[in-house]
Amino acid sequence: MYMEEETRNIKIKVKDLSLIFGKNSDQALEMLNNGHSKPDILEKTKCTVGVNKANFDVYEGEVFVVMGLSGSGKSTLIRCLNRLHKPTDGQVLINGHDITKENNKELLETRRTEMSMVFQNFGLLPHRSIIENAAFGLEIRGEKKEERLKRAQKALDTVGLQGYEYQFPSELSGGMQQRVGLARALANDPEVLLMDEAFSALDPLIKSDMQDELLAIQEKVHKTIVFITHDLDEAIKIGDRIVIMKDGIIEQIGSAEEIMTNPASEYVEAFVEKVDRKTIITAGSLMFDKPMVVQYEKDGPEVAMRKMRTASVNVLPVVDKNKKFLGFVWLDDLIELNKNKIKKIDDAIRTEVHSIHKDYTVEDMLPLISDKKSPLAVVDEKDGRLQGIVFQTSLIIEATKFDKNQISDLQEQAKEFFKWTK
Amino acid sequence: MDKIIDLGTYIEKGINALESNLSFLWSAIDDGISWMVESMNDVLLAIPFWIIITVVAALAYYLSAGSKSLTLEGFKKSIGITIFTILGFILIYLMGYWEEAIQTTTLVLVSSVIALLLGIPFGIWAARSNVADAIIRPVLDFMQTMPAFVYLIPAIFFFSVGNSPGVIATVIFSLPPAVRLTSLGIRSVPGEVVEAGYAFGSTESQILYKIQLPLAMPTILAGINQVILLALSMVVIASMVGAKGLGSVVYQGIQQNDVALGFESGLGIVILAIILDRITQSIGTKK
Repeated sequence: MYMEEETRNIKIKVKDLSLIFGKNSDQALEMLNNGHSKPDILEKTKCTVGVNKANFDVYEGEVFVVMGLSGSGKSTLIRCLNRLHKPTDGQVLINGHDITKENNKELLETRRTEMSMVFQNFGLLPHRSIIENAAFGLEIRGEKKEERLKRAQKALDTVGLQGYEYQFPSELSGGMQQRVGLARALANDPEVLLMDEAFSALDPLIKSDMQDELLAIQEKVHKTIVFITHDLDEAIKIGDRIVIMKDGIIEQIGSAEEIMTNPASEYVEAFVEKVDRKTIITAGSLMFDKPMVVQYEKDGPEVAMRKMRTASVNVLPVVDKNKKFLGFVWLDDLIELNKNKIKKIDDAIRTEVHSIHKDYTVEDMLPLISDKKSPLAVVDEKDGRLQGIVFQTSLIIEATKFDKNQISDLQEQAKEFFKWTK
Repeated sequence: MDKIIDLGTYIEKGINALESNLSFLWSAIDDGISWMVESMNDVLLAIPFWIIITVVAALAYYLSAGSKSLTLEGFKKSIGITIFTILGFILIYLMGYWEEAIQTTTLVLVSSVIALLLGIPFGIWAARSNVADAIIRPVLDFMQTMPAFVYLIPAIFFFSVGNSPGVIATVIFSLPPAVRLTSLGIRSVPGEVVEAGYAFGSTESQILYKIQLPLAMPTILAGINQVILLALSMVVIASMVGAKGLGSVVYQGIQQNDVALGFESGLGIVILAIILDRITQSIGTKK
């Protein structure tokens, strides 16, 4: 996944972006560049640092979540992307052109065609019907009435609001109103969707529905989405990558799992502590990659037992010459074969084992635990090649221990633990 | 006590200078206002009184009931003001003040229209610029707290006696609520809606016409109602400088100490005030 991202198109590139509120922003910027802290700058210049030297890329087609508590600068940051706030310093490149340097006409054109925004409290026009609200962006850029109503209707269909076209916003529930907000943004058919706490004003159940809805719509439309939230669960649910912000500074950027398993600072650590790791940690990070293997049709019981001794384990995966996973062999079965002077391991291969994929979460894997203590084989989705194995002990530790020990430590412990069993 | 600063004299000198240097402007304004007031008067007085009563009563009914005009609910809601309008006008007619009432109405409408044409743009400006707001606000305070009679003095100075000084004094007196409520209405449009407008690439004028003005409309209409009622109260005072209408009858009643005259004309003004208030209020609360 992450290897692929490097080759994906960069849709939004943010370089050294800073935004300072207040009259002495020049002086404040200079202090910021000299490494002064936010409270220092506030005291000396009466200026508030909204965003402090943000750097990140948003790739085409991803859901990029900016997450932080109130006052962390996340809403300020998203408003720099379409220049509702003019940054004090730095660049915001949308499709390679710098929105901070655009003149008024270019800026309007960028906002009209390349990006749309969805707001926390919907920002609908109360005196207009639902379809007129959805057509607002098209109206602003001067589309003909017939054309804009047609496209607004299509957008309303996409968000599931058929039949509400001629009602007014006040007649709709919060969730429905936000669907209108989403339809208005989609009707413009922009490449980028900016969503500012779009679901934060909704009830928990409706919120969850809307998240599912957004993901379903995203499957169809493949927009580049920048999503702001203060809710880590929401960030994890919808984000391909997550940015964690604090006091205007970007603390960490990464996938949910990267942030969970490898928090960059104490702040992030404290944040992720509360999250249910079972749904985040995947087989990919729990497994031993490049485990020692037994080669089918090449290694006999003798060789297999020697390999077990080297690795200090009593079970090994068996693969064919294409590295395709076949099953596990256990030490006691091999000893049995050896006693009977059988030179092939076929009879000892246990095939009634679970093979899983890298993206299985701990929650997915837990039901697969059996009393045989068999490890789980992680195989490639396409060709069935063995990628690694997950020991049950790692799983159990991960599922029961909700602390922040690093996965590598867990793996060491698991290995030790495994040696002592049997 | 002796005067130490003679501020009044400076103001007087300034007014004098304005009067003599811009006399063409004052006479043009005078002609314009006189023409508007007189032609409107002529038109309204040429129409038989019962047609006017019918039209105004129908208007009152429709504006009050709105889209429910043909339902029982709408009928119950609007029948009161409709009957009041009809009976009130008939009473004025029977008391013999029809012409004066029409003259007063004309003065109120002309003054209100001018006040709104000036006041609403200033209100928009005050809403969109903090600097403009900082300048306009104390001026409005000054206009509202200065006793209304004081405006009559420069008005006579520029326009001598008649309808024009009355209209000018009325415009000055009734202008502030138009500015204030327009500004208030626009400033209380939720920030997020305006932000949404900008985010979709609206120009400043699209923001104003498609978002701010429509959303501020109920407040602006409340301002219009206030302007009309203030204009009515000032038009009565303006009769002191020769403005025609019910006010001049009241003024006559005061001068002659005639209770009957004073009561009748006063009652006529009250009836007009109630009708104008109810009609303009129902425009604001229609939706």
